[in-house]
Amino acid sequence: MTVLSVENLTVAIDDAKGAEVVRGISLEIAAGETVCLVGESGSGKSVTSLAAMGLLPKGSLKTTSGRILLDGEDLLTLRPNELRERRATRMSMIFQEPMTALNPVMKVGDQILEVLTAHTRMPSSEAEAKVTDILGQVGLPDIERMASSYPHQLSGGQRQRIMIAMALVLEPRLLIADEPTTALDVTTQKQILKLIKDLQTGHGTAVLFITHDMGVVAEIADRVYVMNQGALVEDGPVRDVMSNPTKDYTRKLLSSVPSLDPRAPRPPRSKKPTLVVSDLNKVYGGGGFLKRGAETHAVKDVSLELMSGRTLGVVGESGSGKSTLARCVMRMIDITSGGVKIGGQEIGQFGRRAMHPYRKRLQMVFQDPYRSLNPRLTVEQSIVEGPVNYGMPRKEARAKAAELLDLVGLPTNALGRYPHMFSGGQRQRIAVARALAMEPELLVADEAVSALDVSVQAQVLDLLDEIQDRTGIAILFITHDLRVAAQVCDEVAVMHRGRVVEMGTTRDVLGNPQHEYTQSLLAAAPGRDWDFANFRPVAA
Amino acid sequence: MPIFLVRRFLAAIPVLLTVAVFVFLLLRLTPGDPAAIIAGDMATPEQLERIRATLGLDQPIIVQFGTWIVDILRGDFGTSLISRQPVLNLVTDRMWPTIWIGLITIALSVIIAVPMGVLAAWKQGSWIDHLVMTFSVLGFSVPVFVTGYLLITLFALDLQLFPVQGYTPPSQDFGSFAARVVLPSFTLASIYIALIARMTRASLLNVLGEDYVRTARAKGLTERRVLFRHALRNAAVPVMTVIGTGFALLISGVVVTESVFNIPGLGRLTVDSIFARDYPVIQALILLTAGIYVLVNLLIDISYSFLDPRIRY
Repeated sequence: MTVLSVENLTVAIDDAKGAEVVRGISLEIAAGETVCLVGESGSGKSVTSLAAMGLLPKGSLKTTSGRILLDGEDLLTLRPNELRERRATRMSMIFQEPMTALNPVMKVGDQILEVLTAHTRMPSSEAEAKVTDILGQVGLPDIERMASSYPHQLSGGQRQRIMIAMALVLEPRLLIADEPTTALDVTTQKQILKLIKDLQTGHGTAVLFITHDMGVVAEIADRVYVMNQGALVEDGPVRDVMSNPTKDYTRKLLSSVPSLDPRAPRPPRSKKPTLVVSDLNKVYGGGGFLKRGAETHAVKDVSLELMSGRTLGVVGESGSGKSTLARCVMRMIDITSGGVKIGGQEIGQFGRRAMHPYRKRLQMVFQDPYRSLNPRLTVEQSIVEGPVNYGMPRKEARAKAAELLDLVGLPTNALGRYPHMFSGGQRQRIAVARALAMEPELLVADEAVSALDVSVQAQVLDLLDEIQDRTGIAILFITHDLRVAAQVCDEVAVMHRGRVVEMGTTRDVLGNPQHEYTQSLLAAAPGRDWDFANFRPVAA
Repeated sequence: MPIFLVRRFLAAIPVLLTVAVFVFLLLRLTPGDPAAIIAGDMATPEQLERIRATLGLDQPIIVQFGTWIVDILRGDFGTSLISRQPVLNLVTDRMWPTIWIGLITIALSVIIAVPMGVLAAWKQGSWIDHLVMTFSVLGFSVPVFVTGYLLITLFALDLQLFPVQGYTPPSQDFGSFAARVVLPSFTLASIYIALIARMTRASLLNVLGEDYVRTARAKGLTERRVLFRHALRNAAVPVMTVIGTGFALLISGVVVTESVFNIPGLGRLTVDSIFARDYPVIQALILLTAGIYVLVNLLIDISYSFLDPRIRY
């Protein structure tokens, strides 16, 4: 039985020009079915779901044609208060960021209770019992304490469970999940996906699952719709689409998914290591006025070595200490104990002034290309700033900037432009060019491709590979994504609660994990049974 | 929380002490001799000398300062050089009109400004929003004494709704008190209404773009509930900050307003004692002001932890 049926939906920008961002989409979901709407950023998948909920941002987007039928009733013709009545009772939505999707100043139990008071005339004792019941269903421990907690007292996974509880408490017919696990660690993601699946089976809910992650699609979808630039590209049962994609775009999307099959390690360029970290410790906090602050031991006894021309991956979940390790290596923060050697020189205890000549030899590329470039500086100004600061004549630096842009595959006329004129992928190329302008020996990439779509991700990874081949630079690659690590790293170190629990060649660590934690990470990687690039299941 | 309070009270001591030192030195370094003012133009040098000695002004500065601080710790703020009355009595006598006007002003500002800001944010870009913003700019840029005289001309002289000037204590005749505080309070409030309305609007607009507001709408809540239950409390912390700093700044506005409306409050006392070089009174008033600043800031900080559970001391 069809629960949601979208017919020829068109959504346009609400201005005089009225550019269309979703063009003539049609899709159907039956009760108990999970349908994935998959596409890269800007494909219109979120807009489609917001249109169904009637939550398009007022004054900026509007539906211009089509119908959205929920159990046969056209939502687009309902009056605002009628539509409001349908929300939470007949259709619900959960969002990407569990960290920000809950009201920070309201207890989570009250936030769920509010759904009941807004839509039912239940006596309060019954409502409270229902809240307790749904909190139990989403698998939260210690329900009473949970209900009287504020969102900031809960972990990301717990918050997403609260969101799910809130969405399902009135047993709606349709659940729209907009990238609900994207911000979560893989092990948490696995639990949440299972929870959604279990609840769906229990209640017969239709689920519209929006994601950019093909691994997640392979894991949960019954059917899949592929979107690109506001239009539907292809749809069908998930196995059919993944094993026999008919459209070029779908093929390209699937082929861009990095394989979990680890690369072979490359021979080091020289015997001398570029980076040596020995027994590194970092403790945050402590100190304070009249009272000692709480201490966090973020990095514990970490030792590693990185040769030139090679890439060492540091993988782990959030809070594992991998970013702190990167900051220590960059000497952006003081280290508590242990050593960091760059090209044989110990820099671990260097002060600001002593550090200056070494800054040039260490460069970093950050996660978010939208925020890591100064929006008021042109691309050229951003790139030449570093070299000029280290005494390179401006004219020479500018020539070099042009050269570097060419190297990262951007046209030279990009030099005079500002960051907002570029896409995320292009910005990340600019960030790479900026780092390379200093001719560093070591490049630290902190989640450098995590914010990018898979097709763009593949291009940036290829670029890093090519540059490494050409210059012999060593790369310390921080990532939470095992697929990316498998593709770019010669060696990986797996971090868990501040410690390196396993280290070795990528082939050994990911191919034959020894530590329990590495094994659980691999087991949680979504879509691990599917070989996306070759459109077939992974050969056993 | 209790530890936090103790720490904050301890931290207030050096603040107040520094203020005390500055005030004391500043006054003694400004030109003007209270003895000369008391004695009048015809005084002989011997008379001046005698007056200085009785006032203790012939002592070294450090001794004067020490005596002053020790007396304060005993609860004795000295006696006025001019009226020969204890400073403490002077201040407590003149305190009440100012306290009343201050409290009424703050209450008025919050009651009027917060709904204004909410309305402007909710109807962003509409004529209501433009009206609120225009009022904000006006309220902020017109000086207090201009607003004061405008209100007097319009409501007291032309419409004859309120008395022009003066003050009656509420214990004596509440009706007269109420009639006489309306205009001064509105005059003073005009600035704070402008400031708080603007801040409420900006803060609320910020919050209305947050994910949890979208979540609240996705839950099928009414717009009113989304606005008041979810958005407003989250917007409250910056608004509270402005209210607090506004309260502290009120003191300077009070000086002008009390002169315009001829109210015998602390503002007038301050002006009069500065003209008369009445050192003990000025010192006490400035110390009192500093104390109020510290206290108000503490109250604001405490209010944060009630408004936002993420803030804990």
